[in-house]
Amino acid sequence: MTRLVDGAPPLSAVQLDRIAWRRRQSIRSILVAAASTAVLGVLLVVAVTGAPGWDRVRASFLDPSIAADALPDILRGLWLNVRLLFFCALGSLALGLVIALLRTLRGPVFFPVRALATSYTYTFRGLPLIIVIYVLTLGVPGLRLQGMPSVLVLGGAALVLTYSGYLAEVFRAGIESVHPSQVAAARSLGLTYRQAMRHVVLPQAVRRVAPPLLNDTVALQKDVGLVSLAGPIDAVRAAQISTAEHFNYTPYIVAGVLFVLLAIPLIAVTDWVTLRAARRQAGR
Amino acid sequence: MTAVLSCQGVRKVFGEAVVLDGLDLDVAEHEVVALIGASGSGKSTLLRCVNLLEEVDDGMIHLDGAHITDPRVNPDRVRRKIGIVFQAYNLFPHLSVLDNITLAPVRVHKRRPAEAREQALALLARIGLAEKASAYPDRLSGGQQQRVAIVRALVNSPRLLLLDEVTSALDPELVGEVLDLIRDLKADGMTMVLATHEMTFARQVADRVCFLDAGRILEQGPPEQVLDNPVEPRTQQFLRRLAPA
Ligand SMILES: Nc1ncnc2c1ncn2[C@@H]1O[C@H](COP(=O)(O)OP(=O)(O)O)[C@@H](O)[C@H]1O
Ligand SMILES: [Mg+2]
Repeated sequence: MTRLVDGAPPLSAVQLDRIAWRRRQSIRSILVAAASTAVLGVLLVVAVTGAPGWDRVRASFLDPSIAADALPDILRGLWLNVRLLFFCALGSLALGLVIALLRTLRGPVFFPVRALATSYTYTFRGLPLIIVIYVLTLGVPGLRLQGMPSVLVLGGAALVLTYSGYLAEVFRAGIESVHPSQVAAARSLGLTYRQAMRHVVLPQAVRRVAPPLLNDTVALQKDVGLVSLAGPIDAVRAAQISTAEHFNYTPYIVAGVLFVLLAIPLIAVTDWVTLRAARRQAGR
Repeated sequence: MTAVLSCQGVRKVFGEAVVLDGLDLDVAEHEVVALIGASGSGKSTLLRCVNLLEEVDDGMIHLDGAHITDPRVNPDRVRRKIGIVFQAYNLFPHLSVLDNITLAPVRVHKRRPAEAREQALALLARIGLAEKASAYPDRLSGGQQQRVAIVRALVNSPRLLLLDEVTSALDPELVGEVLDLIRDLKADGMTMVLATHEMTFARQVADRVCFLDAGRILEQGPPEQVLDNPVEPRTQQFLRRLAPA
């Protein structure tokens, strides 16, 4: 006799039958999935490698010796991407949060601050990133001011300016999604506006918008390379240089693969956070 | 003896609608006052005005003799002396039950976290929810949530507790546990003003019942008098409509 828990009544024949049927069903699903994947994989390989131009494509895109040769330079470039991503992500999150908070301030005193914050989000969401990068990295050094930061820092600043415009709107949506009664409850306990924001509204808001925030960070990861327009050599630029040297496109493939590998952890975290947020919603 | 709460000629207007129209109400120490009246008669608005969540458009409100509707008064300081519990959305969903209760003592009153924690645990034990201290609000039943919300409002040791339809969102079988807690508070001498549409609740805990109509208190007195033998035709009409058909 089958018992799930000691002392629980034995399962009825109907339930045992149901469990057995479900098990058979799930084994069948796994087998079907495996078979269809295998068939599709084989078809793809046959179609691509059997194509008339395959040998030429392989030689100009997938040359192992050129890949090995280009790898160190591309990795050095990628390290620049990683550092830029790290600092620009932190910078845009911080600036975006500040701008979102400025937009929520009430009262006539704050009118100019609100108006500035609002026009900021309009401007930098409308302005193409490439133009912001050019203006900052080419235009600003032209001022010949004392203590001018490097082109790399200026390029990073351009990324932060643009992305914080987007992130500010994400934060603001989160802040506005918190029910006003939560603020009332906090204020009625004697918390000041700032304390209510910090301890009650923001924690809930950030949790809610964590998935879109992370999503924008994944997008940022691909855009940080645009600073190479101003000189610094990132992974894609390094691949471009190597491609020109070898008359071979393999370095691009190497860079592409590295970018995807770099993105996988970030995307996985995003998916996990999204899933958790969805579960939490469903649990309500 | 001065009243704990004193409202004089309180007026509140939303756009065209005059919700409170020169309302007068005094509440003595240890007194429990129930506000009744049709939906939209301004019960919640009055409580929110007292807690300075809304600005009055005329009249004055005094708390322990101090004028609190003076715009020069710091509303945060006033609110620390008044507890309020709403119909719903009271607890902070991202904080555990314990953190919900200790938030104000630690952040506002700068009490030591360990000390605030001990006080909160003692209060939770009193209402039989000690084992829920580390649970999140969504794991609690509606009745348990409201009891935690009431305890949280008490942790500031307020002079006055305002309760706005605290049982309205609850399943009938959960109302009892919240009422028991409010009766305990009354026994402890807490001064309370509660808005309710449950006449049995008003009858059981209130020393005085006030019927709100057209922005004023039309009729008031002990529960037996107002609920069983109302003088005003409007009160009679309101109670008749509530009575089971
Ligand atoms: N913030 C607000 N803006 C506009 N009208 C409001 C607001 N709050 C309440 N009211 C109106 O004031 C009236 C009284 O509401 P309320 O005090 O909630 O009544 P009660 O609690 O007695 O049901 C209602 O007509 C309501 O629509
Ligand atoms: Mg109401």
